[in-house]
Amino acid sequence: MKMMEMRTMSRQMTGAKMVVQALKDQGVDVVFGYPGGAVLPIYDEIFQQNDIRHILVRHEQGAVHMAEGYARSTGKPGVVLVTSGPGATNAVTGMTDALLDSIPLVVLTGQVPTFMIGTDGFQEADTVGITRPCTKHNWLVKDTEKLSETIHQAFHVATRGRPGPVLVDIPKDVQFATGTYRGPREAVASHYQPKVKGDLAKITELVELIETAERPIFYTGGGVVNSGPGASQLLRELADATGFPVTSTLMGLGAYPASGKGWIGMLGMHGLYEANLAMHDCDLMINLGARFDDRITGRIADFSPKSKKAHVDIDPSSINKVIHVDLAITGDVGHVLEDLLKVWKSRGRKVNKEGLAKWWGQIEQWKLKKCLTYKNSDKVIKPQYALERLEALTKGRDRYITTEVGQHQMWAAQFLGFEAPNRWMTSGGLGTMGYGFPASIGVQIAHPDALVINVAGEASWLMNMQEMGTATQFRTPVKQFILNNERLGMVRQWQQLLHGERYSHSWSESLPDFVKLAEAFGWKGIQCKDPKDLDDAIMAMIEYDGPVLFDCLVEKHENCFPMIPSGKPHNEMLLGDASTEGAIQAGGAVLV
Amino acid sequence: MSALKIKKGSTSHSAYDLRDPFAEVMETHTLAVLVDNEAGVLARVIGLFSGRGYNIESLTVAEVDHEGHRSRITVVTTGTAPVIEQIKAQLGRLVPVHDVHDLTVEGPSVERELALFKVSGAGEKRVEALRLADIFRANVVDSTLESFVFEITGTPEKIDAFAELMRPLGLVDVARTGVAALARGA
Repeated sequence: MKMMEMRTMSRQMTGAKMVVQALKDQGVDVVFGYPGGAVLPIYDEIFQQNDIRHILVRHEQGAVHMAEGYARSTGKPGVVLVTSGPGATNAVTGMTDALLDSIPLVVLTGQVPTFMIGTDGFQEADTVGITRPCTKHNWLVKDTEKLSETIHQAFHVATRGRPGPVLVDIPKDVQFATGTYRGPREAVASHYQPKVKGDLAKITELVELIETAERPIFYTGGGVVNSGPGASQLLRELADATGFPVTSTLMGLGAYPASGKGWIGMLGMHGLYEANLAMHDCDLMINLGARFDDRITGRIADFSPKSKKAHVDIDPSSINKVIHVDLAITGDVGHVLEDLLKVWKSRGRKVNKEGLAKWWGQIEQWKLKKCLTYKNSDKVIKPQYALERLEALTKGRDRYITTEVGQHQMWAAQFLGFEAPNRWMTSGGLGTMGYGFPASIGVQIAHPDALVINVAGEASWLMNMQEMGTATQFRTPVKQFILNNERLGMVRQWQQLLHGERYSHSWSESLPDFVKLAEAFGWKGIQCKDPKDLDDAIMAMIEYDGPVLFDCLVEKHENCFPMIPSGKPHNEMLLGDASTEGAIQAGGAVLV
Repeated sequence: MSALKIKKGSTSHSAYDLRDPFAEVMETHTLAVLVDNEAGVLARVIGLFSGRGYNIESLTVAEVDHEGHRSRITVVTTGTAPVIEQIKAQLGRLVPVHDVHDLTVEGPSVERELALFKVSGAGEKRVEALRLADIFRANVVDSTLESFVFEITGTPEKIDAFAELMRPLGLVDVARTGVAALARGA
């Protein structure tokens, strides 16, 4: 009896202590955060323990992107701790980014005490109201008794089904009050249990299509990466056994290796010629964990007109949202692929060999276009050349790449090859400039010995440059590879193609001296402008044991090709040397 | 957008126009959504409709299981068939949503709405209002020498019809609850 009492006693604790205990019980090792008045009790608990490492950021947006980088590179949920009001509103961009790219995050925010909610108190904001549309779910905890259970539920929701960010708003009096702590196993089972197994009859139908298809293609997306390394393994096995070509969205790069025999490159607006034409001309499209984003489909009415389309997605709302498909399988990609392989093997591993041979012949023809060709120069560094050299000099290393948003991002996707999932962190859905630098710190925190490179543009990079202090403080040797064209390159490209070459506010004025900036924060700064010096400079960056700011001065007016202009179908893409005049008509101009 | 002379509803030039050009027929559906009665759940559902540009014709909500803290939201919405499907899928993935039923397609159902009508007048009009109320089986729940408040229950169409008849007879105010609906049978 006494023992029982003791145990019950020990389970009574303050809300603030519960937060830390719940994080420990969820296996959290790192929290990215920034203190403030409404989370002081939780910070007090963090101070008094050593199991959870706290990374002090310089701006809450940085904390969320770091947590995203951590999550994307480990497959575990990223955890963020920020204060009420401005702390929470600063986290909104990061959460929206994570929502669109399906990244699991648990964001904990402080809130003014319950008795002050609604009085416009100091640093009060309606956090759950503001973040309702940019989280998968959120909670305001008004009772300490419910706090531990809510946090466990938050981890459950963030990681189950289609992953995403969740938020728990914790008023300060709830942190101070004492209540009963319940561990993850004692928590009431959630009714939120998305279906992971696909319907076997439909999977068999897909196998039948696979057996006879003449021009099949796997169109893979971030869902394969999110499903875990097992799903990537199964994709490799299936693609290699069937001999079908594989293309991927920006989010799915690495799920199938760039060196794999079925790989035909990324598809979409700046995807490869062969990948987009294969999508347009295929007779069987197998969408695995992708969502027919507008960057992928181009003009809906002309999207892959001759194909039967199968779609595997864990989120039923992704199916038939944009493109009507012939065969929908709701389930986790990994589980569905496992069953698919079993059924296909048991039916004798059949494929249409003749059709496939002709199909590959056609794809090889398209490859001859060499759509990534660019005019190199020995006077000025071409951005494509810089990435080719980065690729050559880092190949074979288990490197992690993050990017900002814009031309450099597309060039990185085109010119860097990814051999494994979780090695490529980029803001795909939301297109958040300022994502890459903090994300690279998050990746480095999770993988302290890995080579982590953020491929950046100078304009994007400046958006979260305050995190230089974080990198210095926590000794993260992140490499910032800035392709500096002194322009908002993608905006400039659109203005050239679409707005009569009126370059409205698309140049970077008053840039800092990046080398001096690096030195000011205790980093190494490198500037390179001559193609002849590039290899040595890149090697110096890689070999330096600490953070490096690499200012790579590149051609200022390079355009990113191939490009499917907005409102055009896949088979009307522009190549580098093609005329770009009148490429986008008025109808396409309204699109972004 | 208008300056560019893009036809409204055009799909050929807009990647954002998700409507299937072959399914432009607007349909009205009654959806029953069973949710956990937790803070913010109604805002979540309404926010989904406004955020994604869906229509709400009517909406009712009340806790129907006090022990289990479950509420039933009945929402009448209009859209093309693919949009209706999308609404159901989007509702279904909200964490506090347990079930989404499309009563319009899941077999026969009954729909009822309650309304209160305040009608003021004197003489012949007042007598006529009372006579019509009797035909519609509306009850008088308040009366003064110059006014009645009628309570009427029925389908939205019946209530619309009653409103039309009351308008020339001195209709002052209307309060409607929105539709409550259940599937027929066991």
